[in-house]
Amino acid sequence: MTALAVRRTLQAVVVLLGVSVVTFALVHLVPGDPVRLALGTRFDQATYDALRERAGLDQPLVVQYLQWIGRAVTGDLGVSFRSGDPVTALILERLPATLSLALASILVALLIAVPLGTASALRPRSFVDGAATVLSQIGISVPEFWMGIMLILLFAGTLGWFPSSGYVPFTEDPALWLRSLVLPAVTTGLVSGSVLTRFTRSSVLEALGAEHVRTARAKGLPPRAVLDWHVLRNALLPLVTVTGVQLAYLLSGVVVVEIVFAWPGLGQLALQAVEARDYPVLQGAVLLFAFVFLLLNLVVDLLYSRLDPRISA
Amino acid sequence: MSAAAAPVRPRRNRFLAGARLLLGSPPALFAALVLVGVVLVALFDDQVAPSGANDVDVQQRLQPPGAGHWFGTDDLGRDVLSRVVLGAKVSLQVGVVAVGFSLVCGVLVGLFAGFYGRWLDTALMRLMDVLFAFPAMLLAIAVIAILGPGTTNAMIAIGITYTPVFARVTRAAVLGVRESVFVRASRSVGASDPRLLFRHVLPNALPPIIVQTSVSLAFAVLAEAALSFVGLGTQPPAPSWGRMLAEGRGYVDLAWWIAVFPGLAIVVLVLAFNLLGDGLRDVLDPQQRSALEAARARSGRRRRRTPGRTS
Amino acid sequence: MTDPVTDPVTGPAHGGGTVLDVRDLRVRVDTARGTADIVNGLSYSVAAGETVAVVGESGSGKSVSVLALLGLLPGHARVSGTAAFRGRDLLAMSEAELRTVRGNGIGMVFQDPMTSLNPVLTVGRQLTEGLLAHGRAGGRKAARARAAELLADVGLPDPRGALDRYPHELSGGMRQRVVIAIALSGDPALLIADEATTALDVTVQAQILELVAGLQRERGTGVVWITHDLGVVAGTADRVLVMYGGRCVEDGSVDDVFEAPAHPYTRGLLGALPALHDEDGADGAPAERPDLVAIGGTPPPPTDLPPGCVFWPRCPVRGDERCATEQPPLVPVRGSGPVPHRAATFYGERLQQTEVGA
Repeated sequence: MTALAVRRTLQAVVVLLGVSVVTFALVHLVPGDPVRLALGTRFDQATYDALRERAGLDQPLVVQYLQWIGRAVTGDLGVSFRSGDPVTALILERLPATLSLALASILVALLIAVPLGTASALRPRSFVDGAATVLSQIGISVPEFWMGIMLILLFAGTLGWFPSSGYVPFTEDPALWLRSLVLPAVTTGLVSGSVLTRFTRSSVLEALGAEHVRTARAKGLPPRAVLDWHVLRNALLPLVTVTGVQLAYLLSGVVVVEIVFAWPGLGQLALQAVEARDYPVLQGAVLLFAFVFLLLNLVVDLLYSRLDPRISA
Repeated sequence: MSAAAAPVRPRRNRFLAGARLLLGSPPALFAALVLVGVVLVALFDDQVAPSGANDVDVQQRLQPPGAGHWFGTDDLGRDVLSRVVLGAKVSLQVGVVAVGFSLVCGVLVGLFAGFYGRWLDTALMRLMDVLFAFPAMLLAIAVIAILGPGTTNAMIAIGITYTPVFARVTRAAVLGVRESVFVRASRSVGASDPRLLFRHVLPNALPPIIVQTSVSLAFAVLAEAALSFVGLGTQPPAPSWGRMLAEGRGYVDLAWWIAVFPGLAIVVLVLAFNLLGDGLRDVLDPQQRSALEAARARSGRRRRRTPGRTS
Repeated sequence: MTDPVTDPVTGPAHGGGTVLDVRDLRVRVDTARGTADIVNGLSYSVAAGETVAVVGESGSGKSVSVLALLGLLPGHARVSGTAAFRGRDLLAMSEAELRTVRGNGIGMVFQDPMTSLNPVLTVGRQLTEGLLAHGRAGGRKAARARAAELLADVGLPDPRGALDRYPHELSGGMRQRVVIAIALSGDPALLIADEATTALDVTVQAQILELVAGLQRERGTGVVWITHDLGVVAGTADRVLVMYGGRCVEDGSVDDVFEAPAHPYTRGLLGALPALHDEDGADGAPAERPDLVAIGGTPPPPTDLPPGCVFWPRCPVRGDERCATEQPPLVPVRGSGPVPHRAATFYGERLQQTEVGA
């Protein structure tokens, strides 16, 4: 268990180092002078010099990298070329919106996937199974942003039940926060839910065919106990992994959905940074996303090994 | 030598049997028909489209779908149907080129890593791990941040993003066949490494790669649409489905059709690639294949799936 | 209907009486290739304390025939006949009634202890859930105590500690002991062992056979032992039923069936198949492998059984012109004891003249 944890963590650290190199290289791969590009028409020599020095661009590359990574570890990701604000502060400001959306989406996805995937597996080739198969197949083929637009058209436009865009912080008004969250969360939740429904279905089908299920029935257990303890418990274990991967995907994959719903999250920040050629902000966002992505995958791996007694031994 | 090549030999028959099995499944048949249709439309788009992509007609702006304009017109009076038809070429082009890029790079990396093993394997696969650690959309955005927006750069960005998947799939398949009898037999009769790799190892590692190609085409079409939607892919005034959605979004209350039809086009194309991928998986995965044939014989269908869109 | 059997070998049956009486059991499944006749009119009975071995190749319908008794077949299987368990017909029971019998009156041990236990639940949990479901323990505490006793009964070292172990932490033999403990947890009158030792290595196999025999002596349990391994049959069974193509082709006491097999299939299993028309009868197949390999070919598909004797297509004897067209009935052949020795063949008595392994 601990040996596995240590090995996995070391692997993740190695990959993270690679990630940091690639992220660092981002600024330096840009043809031309990134600071000059970022300043564009607002160019003035004093700001230019200050930014270059602050970004350490006048130093050798290796030194620059070491300085950058050294600061990043302490939480200092530099300052925005645009506003001069610390990147860390900009990111922290956006984090609650993205976290709310990702967590709400995964909740929606699970609420769809577990009952639907299970029902579908329990009655293969039934109407429910057919409908679930077709819908989830369509679900994974729909671009999230289009789904968002369609939901806005229906529920914000025609029906007027939810706001079409915008985010209300939880601390400001929990009720409005929830209302603003519904459409974007359903949008991404439906897509992730489709992936998870397919997975749940195949996982439950596999568990149903397992021989220990026959043993359980031969014991004279009531059907409910057989289903809960000998089918679902086994089938939903691997779902933990897939859900974790989906969550990691959601945290970063919601970029485009954030644009559709004018959601002030990290994805929007990253895109704005690209448009403004604000490289430190982009670097910071990319590094954070990759870090979270790796961290979640690691956590899921370790969590799974705890949940499945076969691995922890 | 003939013994060494045996597993690949009865290719033609297996191909025909496979094709028959594939097209015998209604979803895969549907997918194949849709794809043939989209390719034909893209090839003859000038003849199919009722008007040009950018024939502006201000008199006719925001017309609902009707006899004159089946899919209606947009805010500049351009015919939505024509733009959807002409957008098919962009989507297909980006998809095919980007996936071709990932395919070539990823398969080469996977082949060498899997075949030679040792430090080369470690180095290459760690590099792939690093690329894989970036969430796909974000990596594409970052690459475009460097290269600048545009259709070509979108292809490269998407291509880089999906390279690690091909590398992993190929490597796993190569590891599976590397120690097999026929590869060792070829080696013992002195076949050169490249010959061994491309004549023996690759063909036998091909099935999962083919499946991955189909699935990746679906991802690539989605990614191109997403990039164009946020303004980083195909630039106006070229007709691209993602771009059209972005433009139609502002008018969604007034003119739903501008956003609905390009979106439907994306769904149909992506769905076709996904269904084809599923069908190919069923046919090409040998274990599943025999199960499938048995299941068909019993007139039932039940298959195991792996999650599709995970990163 | 035959009389309840008193076995000459082990003496009078413990507690007496028939535990299970199966009459004309049939299982059919509809498939796209037609109706599969998996079990075709199987009849046998098991007395308390008695072991009946059901022998056959895979695909002979032997496992299906016992799964059918407990209603453990998929819903589309059509089961007919009667199976009186302590006087009540299992096949006429509702699912709820069957649940009171499963794991309670009838315990079942499956083939592969690697897969027949749930890998993600502790041994204790898997033992106690049956006890609790049948109301055989007051509460969780009492159930755990009882579970530990059961594990001790089946010879598991450190039974208390084993309760909190997961199946993969135990060896194959220990796991099968756990499965047996589960099967015994309901004090069953009948124990069904479906290839219970097949997946185990030989020494462990012997231990498990010994264990079951011991428990059976103590408790007077009737045992149905499904196997393809004649070694298991010889060592444990009182009576044998040989199945082929879903039918009983021969049954009788172990001694009779082993010493004077009447059906060519049984003789094939025993490794000797002298041809009838071969006058000297000396060039039979070598006898050193009492295995199914001795018979060429494979069993007929259950969707396409031959019209006559099910064994006819593979039969090296074909000693009667009716074989191909007429189903030979199960008729008495030469036997030694009170247990009738029967075989479904037209020329059983003649075949019995030749010696096995000659």
